[in-house]
Amino acid sequence: MSKPQITNPVMKWVDHRLPVFTFMHHELHEYPTPKNLNYFWNFGSLAGIILVTMIVTGIVLAMHYTPHINHAFDSVERIMRDVNYGWLIRYVHMNGASAFFIVVFIHIFRGLYYGSYKAPRELLWMLGVVILLLMMATAFLGYVLPWGQMSFWGATVITNLFSAIPLIGEPIVTWLWGGFSVDNATLNRFFSLHFLLPFVIVGVVVLHIVALHTHGSNNPVGIDTTGDDDQIPFHPYYTVKDLFGLGVFLVVFSLFVFYAPNYLGHPDNYVPADPLQTPPHIVPEWYFLPFYAILRSITFDIWILDAKLLGVIAMFASIGLLFLLPWLDRSPVRSARYRPIYRQFFWVLVIDCFILGIVGANAPDDPVFRNLGSFQYIHLGMISTAYYFFHFLVLLPLLSVLEKPKPLPASINEPVLGGGLGSAGAVSKPMEKA
Amino acid sequence: MQKSITSIIFALALGCSGLAFGAGGVVPLPKQQWSSDGLFGTFDRGALQRGFQVYNEVCAGCHSLRLVAYRNLIDIGFTEDQVKKIAASKTVKDGPNDQGEMFERPGKPSDRFVMPFPNKQAARAANNGAYPPDLSLMVKARMGSSDYLFGLLTGYKDSPKGVKVPEGMYYNQYYPGHLIAMPSPLADGSVEYADKTKATVNQMAKDVTAFLAWTAEPEMEDRKRIGIKVLLFLIILTGMLYAIKRKIWSDIH
Repeated sequence: MSKPQITNPVMKWVDHRLPVFTFMHHELHEYPTPKNLNYFWNFGSLAGIILVTMIVTGIVLAMHYTPHINHAFDSVERIMRDVNYGWLIRYVHMNGASAFFIVVFIHIFRGLYYGSYKAPRELLWMLGVVILLLMMATAFLGYVLPWGQMSFWGATVITNLFSAIPLIGEPIVTWLWGGFSVDNATLNRFFSLHFLLPFVIVGVVVLHIVALHTHGSNNPVGIDTTGDDDQIPFHPYYTVKDLFGLGVFLVVFSLFVFYAPNYLGHPDNYVPADPLQTPPHIVPEWYFLPFYAILRSITFDIWILDAKLLGVIAMFASIGLLFLLPWLDRSPVRSARYRPIYRQFFWVLVIDCFILGIVGANAPDDPVFRNLGSFQYIHLGMISTAYYFFHFLVLLPLLSVLEKPKPLPASINEPVLGGGLGSAGAVSKPMEKA
Repeated sequence: MQKSITSIIFALALGCSGLAFGAGGVVPLPKQQWSSDGLFGTFDRGALQRGFQVYNEVCAGCHSLRLVAYRNLIDIGFTEDQVKKIAASKTVKDGPNDQGEMFERPGKPSDRFVMPFPNKQAARAANNGAYPPDLSLMVKARMGSSDYLFGLLTGYKDSPKGVKVPEGMYYNQYYPGHLIAMPSPLADGSVEYADKTKATVNQMAKDVTAFLAWTAEPEMEDRKRIGIKVLLFLIILTGMLYAIKRKIWSDIH
């Protein structure tokens, strides 16, 4: 914890009264970071950069957008046609939402694979789940704003979920709508909340980073750093690595923004909302598809709980479950590298989530295989939903007891230098760079 | 053994995802070549101007184009005088004037395209109860985009045996459900092209689709032109960042 050498007298004066420069030096410069982080550790900073991009583009869009049912659609088209570079700002915002979810999903699965949710990082993980929930709410609210057909009908379907709550369900839905259907009052409050929530996300992200910097990053080996040999300062090593990752991300992102800006959206949202005409298929944005599949997979009543309520509970539980993850998985070993059985099931879970996404995109009673008509998407959805919960509620607790982990290395430095190449590889490497 | 379990499940997942997207049962759309496709795609000005003529002389009878203004036609190669003339040939309802009365005047370039009907109800009443949708965003608002629109305009057929087409409906092989309230809008020679191009149904369908692709995405050329520069810049920058990263990390590895 060295004090930074500040020579500039103004900076010195400020730092003595408000130690911003010392703070930045500690948290961004000398912040000790495991030396073996792989590229999956790029996605946290990427998510942060996207959040800032979303806020900046969103503020500009809000300057030109009109939250009124008679003007919302046209004001968005005005942004696309008449505002200088409005199309660019809107397409960045629109595709930024998708990019945000891709990046965050990879970030979450990184955490799952390397056991980043285990002690002492439980709160760090839980704050991350809170961010995911806030992101989902924000994205849903934002999707309603252009007031296209999918905006309107998506809003109708999702807000109606709350009507499944016994007794107070209906009044809650009316309260959410501010009326007796999705209407101007709904659009107004959705705009207001869509503007507010990103700043709440920023707040939770700050807590997320404070929690992160308390114990530092986990790493691919999953063992604690043992000394200076294992760690390198954040700057310049990870600043430059994150910047390179950002460059790669921006190339892919630009391909979408400039060459396929509507690829991830639904064509129906370029049709103005019409409360009298229901689209043939109401589908949410791609990032909600797995959750949508879980929602629709519960088709049976249990006792006094009807299928709709159970579906809503299952959908929220699929994320709520993640709060309990640090206590469901009791294995002392973090990284899946040293958990041979968990590693297999991790990939099964990834595939299961992809299947849930496919189920969410298809009509429930369509057959999965053309020549096997009796096996419909609803059945595939039920199986994959059951497996999702099985993974977290049964497999993980069992594996914690039954699995025999591989021996862990004594320090991070050991596998980094040893590699798997043996000592010859370790010696020859510095030579080739010299 | 466990590796093989994973790979089997993976193969199954891939298999059913492939099937999932293959299913459907609709006649596949014929893929067309569009000058606006691809990384360097641009609109064909000749096609856009012919397409405007088709819209103006055929479609505009029923379909509005309310997001486009006459001044926008300058972007597809019409001169200012031509645009003024086109606008002036339309009658725009304006007002109220100082006497508090609505009045009619010739269109100006700043006017949006005049709508064929004063409101939705009038449009329905004149079209057998069916509402002719606005075409401004049509290419973006349908699965299949330009190919769908071209397919729809050329997809009128006699109904197959066993399909009963009700009075006032028409059979179209690419329309979802196949029964459409719009009669086949184009026939050979529906318009007489100013540039003497032969006005076949295919030609007109192609031209008007290109025109509507422009009304849906007037920014497309700008977008792709800027996109190339952005991509080149980013690829070079990322390459340099990678080199710097390698250099900085060389004492760690």
